Amino acid sequence: MPDLLHFEDFAPGQSFDLGSIAVSKDDIIEFASEFDPQDFHLDENAGRNSMLGGLAASGWHTAALVMRLLATGLLNKSTGRGSPGISKLKWQKPVSPGDRLSAVAEVLETKDLRSKPDLGLVYVRVTASNQLGTQVLLWENPILFQKRQASK
Amino acid sequence: MTQFFEQISIGEKLELGQHTFSSEDIIRFAEKYDPQPFHLSEEAAAKTHFGRLCASGWHTASVFMKLFVATSDALHRQALEEGRTPARYGPSPGFEDMKWIKPVYAGDTLRYSRIVTGKTESRSRPEWGLLHSDMLAHNQDEKLVFSFKATVFLERLPR
Repeated sequence: MPDLLHFEDFAPGQSFDLGSIAVSKDDIIEFASEFDPQDFHLDENAGRNSMLGGLAASGWHTAALVMRLLATGLLNKSTGRGSPGISKLKWQKPVSPGDRLSAVAEVLETKDLRSKPDLGLVYVRVTASNQLGTQVLLWENPILFQKRQASK
Repeated sequence: MTQFFEQISIGEKLELGQHTFSSEDIIRFAEKYDPQPFHLSEEAAAKTHFGRLCASGWHTASVFMKLFVATSDALHRQALEEGRTPARYGPSPGFEDMKWIKPVYAGDTLRYSRIVTGKTESRSRPEWGLLHSDMLAHNQDEKLVFSFKATVFLERLPR
């Protein structure tokens, strides 16, 4: 598979467009019913009376949708080998029914791994914005990628 | 949650219950939200470094939320039954240091817990405070597999 992105293909300053995904009211309620059944994620009235100001997606749902974009838009075109975690994540604005989220991944830093010479870490900042261009989510995390050539 | 911001102490521990990750649930979550080979089928996972089907890290995190809401709801109902006013939770502005320490494999059972680590008053919202906690999950071998540092709005005592 010659076209897959390897560790060596990443450099600070690069930016990857991850595409977009629509968020319906049914999606919001379905996710919240299973994983986050707080009333402001399930019911319009409860949402209106909450700090969120209207029915809003669970933040975990938003993160999961952005993960989908990261997987389909970048990781599945690469030698991605999973991630040890998320350094920080900010839920900056509520996500509402009918929103369309677009995501971008920017490369912050690349690092060799001493313990695993065939792998490297790429630190990315992933941001998602709605159809109005308002940023709704930001996270930063390291992702493991296979190298073309193991370091010595 | 029964306790208001003022009533909760740093160091307090709350058990949130446990959850077993079935392969069906792992695959269903991954097909929707994290379609990478090692989350989608045993066959595909066997060809990767994970070796076996394992849950999306966001699935592990979402199950934390499921158990946290269920535990909070149960405490909320208990407070009402005992004639006490329960405090409400608000949204969360985000979190730090989420660690997927070990893979969560199909069939694993995780036990989740919360330890309160700090409290910050909210200047902009005087009726709310920010509660900081470490959220942890241990597997059936008592190994820590998942943790993060959470922050959430918690209602203050009415003044």
